[in-house]
Amino acid sequence: MARTRAKPAIARAQAPPYVPLRGHPLNEEEFRGQVGSTAWAPRLEYAWDAGVAISRFLDGLRQGKIYGVRCRRCGRTVTPPRAFCELDFKPMDEWVELLDTGTINTFSICYVTWDMKPLRVPQIPAVIEIDGTSPRVGFLHLVGGVRGRTVTEIRRQVRAGLPVRAVWKPPAKREGAITDILYFEPVRKRTKK
Amino acid sequence: MSDRVAVVGVGAVPPRPLSVDRSYRELGFESATRAYGDAGVTHQDIESFISVCEDFHEGTSITDEYTPDQLGAVLRPVHTIAGDGLQGVAAAVMLIRTGIADLVAVEAHCKTSNILTHEQVLAMALDPTYERALRVTPHFVAGMEMRRYLHETGSPEDAVAMVVVKNRRHALGNPVAAYGGILSPDDVLASATVCEPLRELEISPNSDGAVVLVLASEEAARRTPKPVWIRGVGWASGSPWLAGRSWGQASYAGVAAEMAYRMAGITQPDREIRFAEIDDTYAYKELQHLEAAQLAPRADVTRMVMEGDTRRDGRLPVNPSGGSLGMGYCFDATALYRTAEAVRQIRGEAGRAQVAQATTGLVVSWRGIPTQSGGALVLSAD
Repeated sequence: MARTRAKPAIARAQAPPYVPLRGHPLNEEEFRGQVGSTAWAPRLEYAWDAGVAISRFLDGLRQGKIYGVRCRRCGRTVTPPRAFCELDFKPMDEWVELLDTGTINTFSICYVTWDMKPLRVPQIPAVIEIDGTSPRVGFLHLVGGVRGRTVTEIRRQVRAGLPVRAVWKPPAKREGAITDILYFEPVRKRTKK
Repeated sequence: MSDRVAVVGVGAVPPRPLSVDRSYRELGFESATRAYGDAGVTHQDIESFISVCEDFHEGTSITDEYTPDQLGAVLRPVHTIAGDGLQGVAAAVMLIRTGIADLVAVEAHCKTSNILTHEQVLAMALDPTYERALRVTPHFVAGMEMRRYLHETGSPEDAVAMVVVKNRRHALGNPVAAYGGILSPDDVLASATVCEPLRELEISPNSDGAVVLVLASEEAARRTPKPVWIRGVGWASGSPWLAGRSWGQASYAGVAAEMAYRMAGITQPDREIRFAEIDDTYAYKELQHLEAAQLAPRADVTRMVMEGDTRRDGRLPVNPSGGSLGMGYCFDATALYRTAEAVRQIRGEAGRAQVAQATTGLVVSWRGIPTQSGGALVLSAD
């Protein structure tokens, strides 16, 4: 089969001679001065109505208790509580008081803050399946009470499937917030029954 | 296959200035439960879900991600319209007419009471480099629109006050309306000046609420007890420039209404439309929207309102529900409240607010200041 050889559409230009770039990266002040821009610091404030389910949950935390709700149709017990079952689309049926122990479903070891500043001692966010809830129903919190700060040290102590227990603020300092639990710490020794 | 689409279910919670007892999810769950029950369907029958919401109003980014639970839409097709409620309805019509779904739920809610710095949120809607820097309350946009409308039409301020008087009175006949009252035009004109000529009582009070509508294809609608047919839908946006807009008239609503009328085959709106639920976020807006929707020539609007033609027992009842002035202004949910009230009228379920022979109704919506966006919807009994 005949073939035609493709011709280059344009002759390749010669590479320009190397000239090192002058100057330095713009800093914040120079950037503002050089580029047309306006600044606006919004003052946006909200106060969200927590609603029936979360309000009772927060009241429970103040008393050092973790409440959940149960749906009789799907049989799930979940926390944080919700007024209605999102799978069965019906109101939840009953409130249950749960233990303050659970199992780590998944976790991460974060060496930056929420606004991306470096952290020497990492935060360990985790999804914790509270004992008494249905599997895969998690509770987002932090893992604490762990020695060391390197990945190796932490991974030796924290793993998926690890049993944990809530460490609470002293009762006088609780305010009806998720932060009334300081963190969940590994349960190192289980008392044998 | 038929191209017809119907509203087959409406569910709402009464708009109220506060709703501290329940979260927006719990309000949404009640509205959805009512809407599905009204249509005689379950959440599993709904094939696609649309949420109308805006992040700044919620104080949550990607706020639509918080929608599925309360609609029974977990792991189902869901998308968001960050715009006017009727744009959400239009999206549902498109889903049905393209054959993607036979039953679609459209949801909107608002927790205006949870926004502590509402003026700041409004200010964020102004152009940051040009308009916001002047640091004037965003209500000035409404004051300027009203000024130009009065200037161009020669309407007296009494006509604007009369819209408030009428809608507050209509609200007395609507058991879920929060702002029913007997006022005189003088009461309205004596209320505090906000952005002159705009007065306090001419601004709809912010309210919390949640609405869910269920839309259906003709085939699916025939299996439901009370379908109300969508004959036409339209929407349009003007240019955002404050300096270059048509201040005296609601051009966006004119284009949206024309689009809806064309789809509906309506050639004489003032004769074929029997009642209207139209945006009255600010009282003068009702006058602008009446004109834009060709329900009255500009020269006649004032006379119609002053002579009572737009009252519930008049020739062309406008906002027999009480409108936003009588029910409260629900931000993104406002257009769906107007639609829900229009559906109740056509079904003959409006009780003391019922309009005689409410066979064909028009809904006109506006996205609020500073926008030049709105929609129109023609609803009919058959």
